[in-house]
Amino acid sequence: MFVAIWAERDGDAGVVHLAGRRDGGAAAEVVSLVTSGLHFPSIGRHHPSAILMERAIQDLHGLIADGLPDPRPWLDHRSTYEFKPVIGAGVHQIPVGPVHAGTIEPGHFRFSVNGETIVRLETRLGYTHKGTLGLMRGKPINQAAQLAGRVSGDSTVAYAFAFVRAVEQALGVVVPPRTIVLRGIMAELERLANHFGDLGAICNDAGFPLINAHGAVLRERVLRLSAACFGHRLMMDRIVPGGVAVDLADGDTKALTTALPALLAQFERLVELYDKTASLQDRVVGTGRLDPAIARRLGCGGPVGRASGQDFDARRDISYLPYDILPIVVPCFTSGDVDARVRVRMVEIRQSVALILALLDTLPDGPLRTPLPDDASPRAGSATVEGFRGDIFAHVRVSDGHVAGSFLRDPSWFLWPALEVAIEGNIVADFPLCNKSFNAGYSGCDL
Amino acid sequence: MGLIAPLFLQLAQMALVLAAAPLLTGFVRTLKARLQRRAGPPLLQVYRDLAKLTVKDAIVATDASWLFRIAPYLIFATTWVAASLVPSFGTNLLFSWSGDLIVIVALLGSARFFQMLAALDIGTAFGGIGASREAMFASLAEPAMLMIVFTVALVAGSSQLSDIATFMHSGAAGLRLSLALGLVALVIVALAETGRFPVDNPATHLELTMVHEAMVLEYSGRHLALIELANALKLLLYISLIASIFAPFGIAALGAAPEALALGLVAYGVKLAFGAIMLAGFETAIAKMRVFRVPNFIGAALMLALLGTLLLFVSATL
Repeated sequence: MFVAIWAERDGDAGVVHLAGRRDGGAAAEVVSLVTSGLHFPSIGRHHPSAILMERAIQDLHGLIADGLPDPRPWLDHRSTYEFKPVIGAGVHQIPVGPVHAGTIEPGHFRFSVNGETIVRLETRLGYTHKGTLGLMRGKPINQAAQLAGRVSGDSTVAYAFAFVRAVEQALGVVVPPRTIVLRGIMAELERLANHFGDLGAICNDAGFPLINAHGAVLRERVLRLSAACFGHRLMMDRIVPGGVAVDLADGDTKALTTALPALLAQFERLVELYDKTASLQDRVVGTGRLDPAIARRLGCGGPVGRASGQDFDARRDISYLPYDILPIVVPCFTSGDVDARVRVRMVEIRQSVALILALLDTLPDGPLRTPLPDDASPRAGSATVEGFRGDIFAHVRVSDGHVAGSFLRDPSWFLWPALEVAIEGNIVADFPLCNKSFNAGYSGCDL
Repeated sequence: MGLIAPLFLQLAQMALVLAAAPLLTGFVRTLKARLQRRAGPPLLQVYRDLAKLTVKDAIVATDASWLFRIAPYLIFATTWVAASLVPSFGTNLLFSWSGDLIVIVALLGSARFFQMLAALDIGTAFGGIGASREAMFASLAEPAMLMIVFTVALVAGSSQLSDIATFMHSGAAGLRLSLALGLVALVIVALAETGRFPVDNPATHLELTMVHEAMVLEYSGRHLALIELANALKLLLYISLIASIFAPFGIAALGAAPEALALGLVAYGVKLAFGAIMLAGFETAIAKMRVFRVPNFIGAALMLALLGTLLLFVSATL
């Protein structure tokens, strides 16, 4: 499976890195290629999931991917963007965004429609380029970890987790057992909060705000619980290289073990409401179907991939700590519609609560941090962490206690093209619903 | 009874609907918010919004023609007149002779016509989407409304609302299947026409799902205030209409004593509140329909109203 492609450039020399993963549960491996001149062969010719990343490489580094099927600029907004022409009688275009009526991140959607039916959707992103990877280069590892946690705010734990695991792998650091468990608890709390929020938001876009109201309450409870236990609602900067920044007090352990089953009981009532509201079922079942074959071809992970038959979860298949000791059940559906994406999230919510309780049960005593070794030699490491959107891949090269280069790949790189495919043939009014069920991130693939 | 008192009563009704409409909309919003465990806006927020919009500059698109500018006034005027003609607290007011159901359908139809023209006028994609959806819904809702008018007129022997309300109030109609069918059909038409769930979402921020909101997306300032007020009036109109035909209890007759008028006013307030509670409850319990299911939904209203009319031809007592 294709995982990521990124590049670095130093004057006239370019290096292109390609990460891939073998089927059957191996961790990702990275190969690097020094470009001849400024050219490198395109991977996108064989793996359509690589096209967006190669377009980003062309814009960021001025390297040229030979044979790239779609060479239009992606992050570079200086020239007029040529949307792909859609020709036919009665086809017209609806431009939406990048400024939206709701409080969401900027993105432009160009619909070519025939009446109400969507013939083609093109997404145009790249409005939030922050230069995060450039900022991380040359920074001390601790500062770079903070930046990694800011790539996508809703996945800050997963990003920090992925980054520090890559650093620890590079430096050969073994973190204390208590740290491993605490990291797992934070990662699952983040997943829980986001899935609660998504569940409500999806129903809201189907025009059923009742579940949204309750989902928002559940999400808020998890955030407050996180703030009480770890001192930050989103648990930003709580996972640090070599360990964690805060400890979990005994009182907080009790708070978690009592609060989470209560939240789950409330959640089950929402599930019942979701199942029994015929008008809601009518909206979600069969809407925005993503074919499993296309999901595989586009490399979709996370709830979107699992709803379309992609039986992959980094927690089970790459089995990093602390998940190697826990049984992970991966929900997998083949219907690939909005309903399936909701149901994957429902199963994962239950699973996350069970995981947190199991982790709390095994929480060992011990130190929170292992100091990083003072090793000046350049090393590289990579790691994959299952965030709430899917697997986040991190690769880092460290040298002399500083980050020499890094890449963080958001699952959204693969979700946006999949959304374009899934929406074809649906009606315009169902787009917000489909879009919310994908919940692809803008910030994460706009480094 | 001279001319002044009936004129005063008629003007009072016109002022009443105008003053009460934003309150009704605000009440529905607050109720819905409470049902969703939110605090919601204060009851009087709609008035504040209208006041704010009135003092703000109206921004008009460069491509807009004169039509775009006059449409809000036309929409507001026709809707206000229509709302004032529906009996609220009393029947047989000074202008009741003009309060014919068909007139009301026509007034609302013209308001919609101008709204759609204005939406198409500026040439944005959303205006076009909104207008096309509105046309699709209206082409079914209007005939359904006319069939309802026929059903009710056949029973009451008049299409004049004041006469219908008096007739229904007298109890001469009794329990009739055709009226029950007409009531269900009228509720469906009312939901569609006022842009409520499950046809349209009055609170949505998603441009792509909007119907009514998509048409008025380019309006701002006093233009938007007029359209919002017309919208509130339309909601009040439909609740008043359903109440005056199917629940005319407490309504004051011509030349009634002040006490009867006061009773009529209280009864009217109760009916509006009841309508608002039913609406909020219904909207909370149901999801919005897929756009292409809506014609089936409104089509059901058309069929029910048609059935009601046919039943009356089979037997005058059904």
